[in-house]
Amino acid sequence: MSEAKGWDRNGMAARAAQELRDGMYVNLGIGIPTLVANYIPQGVNVTLQSENGMLGMGPFPYEGEEDPDLINAGKQTITELPQTAYFDSATSFAMIRGGKIAMAILGAMEVAENGDLANWMIPGKLVKGMGGAMDLVAGVGRVVVVMDHTSKHGESKVLKACTLPLTGKGVVDRIITNLGVLDVGHKGLHIVELAPGVTEAELRAATEATIVD
Amino acid sequence: MNKVYPSAAAALDGLLKDGMLIAAGGFGLCGIPELLIAAIRDAGTKGLTVASNNAGVDGFGLGQLLETRQVKKMISSYVGENAEFMRQYLSGELELEFNPQGTLAERMRAGGAGIPGFYTATGVGTVIAEGKEHHDFDGKTYILERGIVADLSIVKAWKADPSGNLVFRKTARNFNVPAATCGKTCVVEVEEIVPLGSLDPDAIHLPGIYVHRIVQGQHEKRIEQRTVRKREAV
Repeated sequence: MSEAKGWDRNGMAARAAQELRDGMYVNLGIGIPTLVANYIPQGVNVTLQSENGMLGMGPFPYEGEEDPDLINAGKQTITELPQTAYFDSATSFAMIRGGKIAMAILGAMEVAENGDLANWMIPGKLVKGMGGAMDLVAGVGRVVVVMDHTSKHGESKVLKACTLPLTGKGVVDRIITNLGVLDVGHKGLHIVELAPGVTEAELRAATEATIVD
Repeated sequence: MNKVYPSAAAALDGLLKDGMLIAAGGFGLCGIPELLIAAIRDAGTKGLTVASNNAGVDGFGLGQLLETRQVKKMISSYVGENAEFMRQYLSGELELEFNPQGTLAERMRAGGAGIPGFYTATGVGTVIAEGKEHHDFDGKTYILERGIVADLSIVKAWKADPSGNLVFRKTARNFNVPAATCGKTCVVEVEEIVPLGSLDPDAIHLPGIYVHRIVQGQHEKRIEQRTVRKREAV
């Protein structure tokens, strides 16, 4: 149905992994951001934080080695690494709120040109809660959003203003979608990169937000 | 003074009152005080307000107290795993106060540390900030959040000694520490009670001063999302 242009989920995750720098402490959200861990570039050593109380998150366990006491923030069974440290939830969010986490890579329902982010609630439909997302976007050094550029109905998710309840106001630094990479600037969005096979005209057509260059 | 009780029901004896505020540890189903929750279900205490990051799943954890309509209000950050919760909430039978996860953890920590309120940037510009005091510090806006002091804390740890010193295991520590500290009374269930002197005093995660009653028991420790990888071929 759709043409093979732009990035798929893994392509977006691989592109998002290019944002990582050696030595960073990073929090990856649920969904596509979780896949970013599969694409960390060679020679780049990052420590993944899981906000339920862990630094140094390892891969999924081998079958039969699942431990109910060892899960990530998505409640999935995971493993530890030689550098792993565990701590309680108050300590976990102290390091988030305190700006010790360099970057969060998160999914989104909507992003606005002023950096507003909505990713936790659809009134009347989806009422699951914000989890740690509000704390993360308010606290970490840099917020990178990874999401499809448009909804299933073809409507832009990159907007002049969010329509859904906000997770954070003016918090997003960079948006990575299936169509390309955009930065939030003072007067609107800047195109950083186009995904393979995507033209600037196509990116602009799929974007409701103001693109300044 | 003896802190060790023979059963979860005995450990809660005299502490449960209709309409009370309970702080519960756990994240998802990891590290939840499953024996104490089941004992509260059996005791039939009603009109509870429960501060807990999650609300369990249908039929397990706090989901059991929802099924029996013992919970009047939840204070949580994420409740997406529980269909009965959704049904009661959307029909107006259950009150829900969403707190950002870090704000909830800090509200418990602050309450236990004698701090009635704190300022945080979390939630500024969102529905969470509505009706809360705003204050600018060094050019940045923060909102005032209140500490939580619970009537009762229910907590799960891995090991305790008879004095109540606790050790947790891996990510099952989570909300158990802040929840334990914010209760006027704290009841802890553990997998093992070890003799005095057998825990390394340098490696105690929560000192026994916070712990009033301890019960040892068998835990189901249900896994919510079993994710695995295939073994590489040798």
